[in-house]
Amino acid sequence: MMDSAFITVLIAMLGGAIRVSTPFMFVALGECLTEKSGRINLGLEGNLVLGAMVAYAISFHTGNPWIGVLAAGGSGLILGALHGYICKLPKVNDIAVGIAIMSFGTGVAFFFGKPYIQPSAPRLDAIHLGDWTGNSALAQALQVNPLFFVGIILAVAMSWAFANTRWGLIVRMTGDSAASARAMGVSVDWVRFLATAAGGFLAGVGGAFLSLYYPGSWNQGLSSGQGLMAVALVIFARWDPIRCIWAALLFGAAGAIGPSLQSVGISQGYYFFNAAPYILTLFIMIASARSKGAAREVPGELSITK
Amino acid sequence: MNAAAPILATGRAPSLKAVGMTKIFGPLVALDDVSIDIPAGSFHALLGENGAGKSTLVKSIMGFYSADKGQVLLDGKEVSIRSPRDARAHGIGMVYQQFTLVPCLTAAENLVISRADAPAVMDWKKEKKALDAFMEQMPFRVPLDAQVSSLSAGEKQKLEILKLLYLDQRFMILDEPTSVLTPGEADEMLGLLGDMAARKEITVLMISHKFREVKAFCDGFTVLRRGRFTGSGDAQSATIAEMSQMMIGDTELRERATRRVHNENREVLELAGLFAEDVDGANVIEAVNLKVNAGEIVGIAGVSGNGQSALVEALAGQRPLSDGAIRIHGQNFFPRRAAFDKFKVFGLPEEPLKNATAPKMSVAENIAFRGFDKPPVARFGWWMSPGPMRKKAEELIARYRVKTTSPDAPIETLSGGNVQRAVLARELSGDVDVLIVANPCFGLDFASVSEIRSQIMEQRNRGAAVLLVSEDLDEILELSDRVAVMSGGTITYVSKIEDTDRNTIGQHMAGH
Repeated sequence: MMDSAFITVLIAMLGGAIRVSTPFMFVALGECLTEKSGRINLGLEGNLVLGAMVAYAISFHTGNPWIGVLAAGGSGLILGALHGYICKLPKVNDIAVGIAIMSFGTGVAFFFGKPYIQPSAPRLDAIHLGDWTGNSALAQALQVNPLFFVGIILAVAMSWAFANTRWGLIVRMTGDSAASARAMGVSVDWVRFLATAAGGFLAGVGGAFLSLYYPGSWNQGLSSGQGLMAVALVIFARWDPIRCIWAALLFGAAGAIGPSLQSVGISQGYYFFNAAPYILTLFIMIASARSKGAAREVPGELSITK
Repeated sequence: MNAAAPILATGRAPSLKAVGMTKIFGPLVALDDVSIDIPAGSFHALLGENGAGKSTLVKSIMGFYSADKGQVLLDGKEVSIRSPRDARAHGIGMVYQQFTLVPCLTAAENLVISRADAPAVMDWKKEKKALDAFMEQMPFRVPLDAQVSSLSAGEKQKLEILKLLYLDQRFMILDEPTSVLTPGEADEMLGLLGDMAARKEITVLMISHKFREVKAFCDGFTVLRRGRFTGSGDAQSATIAEMSQMMIGDTELRERATRRVHNENREVLELAGLFAEDVDGANVIEAVNLKVNAGEIVGIAGVSGNGQSALVEALAGQRPLSDGAIRIHGQNFFPRRAAFDKFKVFGLPEEPLKNATAPKMSVAENIAFRGFDKPPVARFGWWMSPGPMRKKAEELIARYRVKTTSPDAPIETLSGGNVQRAVLARELSGDVDVLIVANPCFGLDFASVSEIRSQIMEQRNRGAAVLLVSEDLDEILELSDRVAVMSGGTITYVSKIEDTDRNTIGQHMAGH
């Protein structure tokens, strides 16, 4: 009996990892790109919430959730570009701007999102990968949204591009030594602007996943700080896109602990287990800040490390 | 770049002539009608004190500044250079004192991305092959796959020069290229560049103030002083005295304090097995053992980045020791404010503006750092009265000739030499038992250098134990009673100054 309960929990955690990790993945990849260029965008929480709202609204009006996803990306792109533009102005602090953008994004989302809390919009469909197993729990866990795969492909592509393309090298160069980049005739502000805008796009897509797939509705408590945690996750992943994926999966699995324990009848400490991702964030931050490798891999231009 | 063409074809060195260069920054005439003529294949030295206008001149040639007047002729034809990019297009490249390599990229990545026509998608196999072929023809090599942050200063310097050759820049401007090298490495590199220039493969303009190097490797020289041209000639036939006369003019130098002979040999400062770590947990200093007696200057020589800064930081309390003990008069010394006072330990760290002052606070406040909580400045240890503080500051500003508009000016508005003097005034005004100085004369003009060295010598003559950490070997040879060499984070060699010479020290600096 204990065994099967344990397996149920494991399967639920696997399902959770796949389901919950996707928005983390997109926000973390977006932040990774921005930070590689030497700028921090703490406003991605705003992009995430606004993306969720826009995706839901557009999906409701057009009837096509994928147009909603694109629109969410577009809204994130605009917020990211706004951050990038403001930071180009002299003597502007990217961290302060990020916090302002976060409030701005969530505020705009709540303002325009009011009418969309009630109606039901078409959602994204999942790919059923586990139906052949004949095990209903496993089948449910293996219902995977295509965005999950998009995220993984994107991480691999980013990782490759950072090493093998001119753009990748220029982004890394700008992030590590603005002086060198300038000496080479690269416009540092422009590279960072583009990287922030592109990062914002990804965070917006992450938001679309929240409202159109899991949890799959639009309300004001939808994100609960996932965008901020994803920023922490990038530090944990040491600015490596592939490691961002592993970190996102880990966070997703941790988030599934509470509900899955409840599903096997362990309801004690439910809120404690629900807090697992946050506790994990805290410990990961402490551990990675102390880690010796982190100091070496951090982009040299980031304002937190200068 | 065409990798198939012979990279170092002879006869491709350009000549460069700058005529009547003038550059005015607000009220300051940084460059006043300066001309310089560098024939093809020459190894030309640009001499001058700090602030003489050398950087302004080369930066105007490179297109960082647009000169207010003057023209640049490359191979006899006038060229218009408005940005470093234009300079690059004309084959003019520069190695700066601060490296422009990107630390997180590998050497190969740094080279390829610096190319104007770097491909959008790298074919690393092909690029590596081309790079290997390029390296084959080069007089010196650098590991291509190593991350730049893991290279030594010497390797980085070489990579900067390789980068210029890789980009086919045959007119090279080198800004004090040997400051981070051992004497051996410096001679090797300058020798190779000199050979290349002699074969007319490249033309080199080198900013320097090391006469030894200029005499050994350069063929021509030009001297600037206060933004003006003061002379030029053949580096081989001109004497050092003539060149330094052009550099410093007729300024009267204050007589150097002479070394007083005494037979005191009380041991004052003892460093016993000091260890300290960097952020990665690797040892930056290992088992440093050294004793300094009263009335003695012990000079620590070494190539920059061999643990000297870490040692000074450890002694100043800026870096925790992971093991070992500092003893003064046989008692353990923990670098805290109270202990500094008790043992009369004073110091002039390198980059004093960063390490020994609060840049935005006033000169008077900075001068009071050692005594702001003691009478006469403070009552009860906390009630400060600005009157006595200002009076003391005015007195020290006058005595140490600190040039400042007022004692209330923020100390960051002072020139480097005056910040140095202000900190020295603060540190030497009391009774000194132990003095720790790091690169005290870095970047100062002749007059300040001789003054500051005299002050250090006076403290020695008064009986202080002086630890002098310097990257300038001449300074160590001039001041020290004993010399120690630091290499790889530890002291590898100690000798009385009369029992050693530049060559022996240089060999130990290189780690032999």
